[in-house]
Amino acid sequence: MTSAFVRCAAFGALAVLSVSVAPLSVASAADISGAGATFPYPIYAKWADAYKKETGTGLNYQSIGSGGGIKQIKAKTVTFGASDMPLKPEELEQAGLIQFPMIMGGVVPVVNLKGLKSGEVKLSGTVLANIYMGEITKWNDPQIKALNPDVNLPNTAIAPVYRSDGSGTNFLFTDYLSKTSPKFKTQIGANSSVQWPAGIGAKGNEGVANMVKQTDGSIGYVEYAYAKQNNITYVGLQNKDGKTVVPKIEAFQAAAANADWANSKGYYVILTDEPGADSWPITGASFILMYKNPQDVAVSAEALKFFDWAYKNGAKMATDLDYVPMPEAVVSLVQKTWSQSIQADGKPIWTASAK
Amino acid sequence: MTEIALTLTDAHASTARRARRQRLQDAAFRNATLFFALLVLFILGGVTVSLIDGALPALRAFGFGFVTTEVWNPVSEEFGALAPIYGTLITSVIAMAVGIPVSFGIALFITEMCPAWLKRPLGVAIELLAGIPSIIYGIWGLFVFAPFMQSTIQPFLIATLGQIPGIGNLFMGPPYGIGVLTAGLILGIMVLPFITSITRDVFETVPPMVRESAYGLGATTWEVVWNVVLPYTRTGVVGGVMLGLGRALGETMAVTFVIGNAHRISSSIMAPGTTISASIANEFTEAVGDVYTASLVALGLILFLITFTVLSIAKLMLLRLQRKAGV
Repeated sequence: MTSAFVRCAAFGALAVLSVSVAPLSVASAADISGAGATFPYPIYAKWADAYKKETGTGLNYQSIGSGGGIKQIKAKTVTFGASDMPLKPEELEQAGLIQFPMIMGGVVPVVNLKGLKSGEVKLSGTVLANIYMGEITKWNDPQIKALNPDVNLPNTAIAPVYRSDGSGTNFLFTDYLSKTSPKFKTQIGANSSVQWPAGIGAKGNEGVANMVKQTDGSIGYVEYAYAKQNNITYVGLQNKDGKTVVPKIEAFQAAAANADWANSKGYYVILTDEPGADSWPITGASFILMYKNPQDVAVSAEALKFFDWAYKNGAKMATDLDYVPMPEAVVSLVQKTWSQSIQADGKPIWTASAK
Repeated sequence: MTEIALTLTDAHASTARRARRQRLQDAAFRNATLFFALLVLFILGGVTVSLIDGALPALRAFGFGFVTTEVWNPVSEEFGALAPIYGTLITSVIAMAVGIPVSFGIALFITEMCPAWLKRPLGVAIELLAGIPSIIYGIWGLFVFAPFMQSTIQPFLIATLGQIPGIGNLFMGPPYGIGVLTAGLILGIMVLPFITSITRDVFETVPPMVRESAYGLGATTWEVVWNVVLPYTRTGVVGGVMLGLGRALGETMAVTFVIGNAHRISSSIMAPGTTISASIANEFTEAVGDVYTASLVALGLILFLITFTVLSIAKLMLLRLQRKAGV
């Protein structure tokens, strides 16, 4: 009791010092409240808006980051949490939570090289890892040249730019580099923030994009939607099958289709470096976290109705915003999980017939 | 006769009543203000206790090494605060080196030499600067100031100061635009209005007679400022500088945008670095795991201690100065 109080006060004190902790506004009884990842925020907001018009039920989503979302759902202050980093099955079990993937997206390396267009420069995971570890420092390095025999690469220094704020984007990118470069895995590893040995950190997608645009010879990584909408030069990447692909919705979908959702406990699937000739190697899903035995049964049922509606009616809105909707097969798996796992008084709070 | 006596005792009684009521009011007022004053101490104590409690897991895991190591690795959960501490101090030093002379210049110009018609516009401009939210400084720094640093100032510094042996180390490396120097300069701009408006206000408290006597004795403006105005306003001036320094130490958003956010200590002030508050703001939302969160709280505790130490040193300095002056 006292330690919980003290911890609360510690957080408050931190807020006083420098952090702005996003306040969670109290939603009205009928409204669903959620908090977490910033990456899916635009699509959740768009869905919520359309859903409110159709049903009158509102959704209040606070994009405070995946870590924040996990903390909030564990503290039971929200109906659902959202995270770009799936929780391990053991951790879900321990907290009495379930998770399911809601939407997907891709992370795209972007560059600033004069005269070179999107997709002209090709890189592999190993080379990308070496760049970010500070071992490849010039664009005309033999390792890059080997992948791009026909491209005229300049003798300029490479300025690697990374996301300084902890984020799902960081997690996907470092997870991909860890899977393709054993050295990266042992020396740096995968996480929402890591210790970068080289380069400069910029805040958010906009910070990275802006830094790359400003700095000649720089390389960074942003969410696909961000690269596309801002017209930033991206690179082609070699995937697990050794084919070079460019980022596009179909390439993300190919990665998702090749993932083994059905046999992964708790949907613990990270979509990076998936096999398949067309798969984009840095693809990721954003997850929803909910209690198996929710306290607020009515609102949790409302939330599931909303997610169901979003799966069925939200695909067009998602692709408009350059997100990738979950494939049919995954949706029906998730719906089975809902009716089997989320219960109140031993009865499921959501069934496929309930509309 | 009796009637008059009666009214007199009545009056007497009502005066006594009023006096009693006033005493009660006074007591209530005194206790209320005392309560508010003590509340500050209580809150401060609460902040300290909860910061220490929140930081304990980190301090237990790393001990004193927490403040002496540079490593900051969320993957292996090894944390050391040296890089953010260094960044916090160095950006504040740059901010003060830029902010103090400029602020003094502005304040002295306004109080000593400024033509009457210019006083108001200058004053309003300074207050407007103080009113700009820090995020705006950050965005301006990122989109406008950093490209200017990158294309003009940093290449110039590399070509000139960077060639001098010794201090040249401070101006080495590629011109990224953002980095410790840029953050320090933006902090310098941000603390300007605070130091300026306070020093201006205290400069204006110098009695005109004292000033005029000095001029009457044939002193130059410089001599008046140095020998009359500054000694008279020492306490207030130091207070203003401390307020600016406090802001520079704790500033978060603007710094996060332009410092480059790298947990490294570089010899060059043009290289990316990080500060305590920038690290907390960047990583707090995604910090998963007890030791990670505790390390961020421990950073907060260190910032608290730094601010406290700086303020104490300032107070001590003032006391020493006052004793020397024989006040």
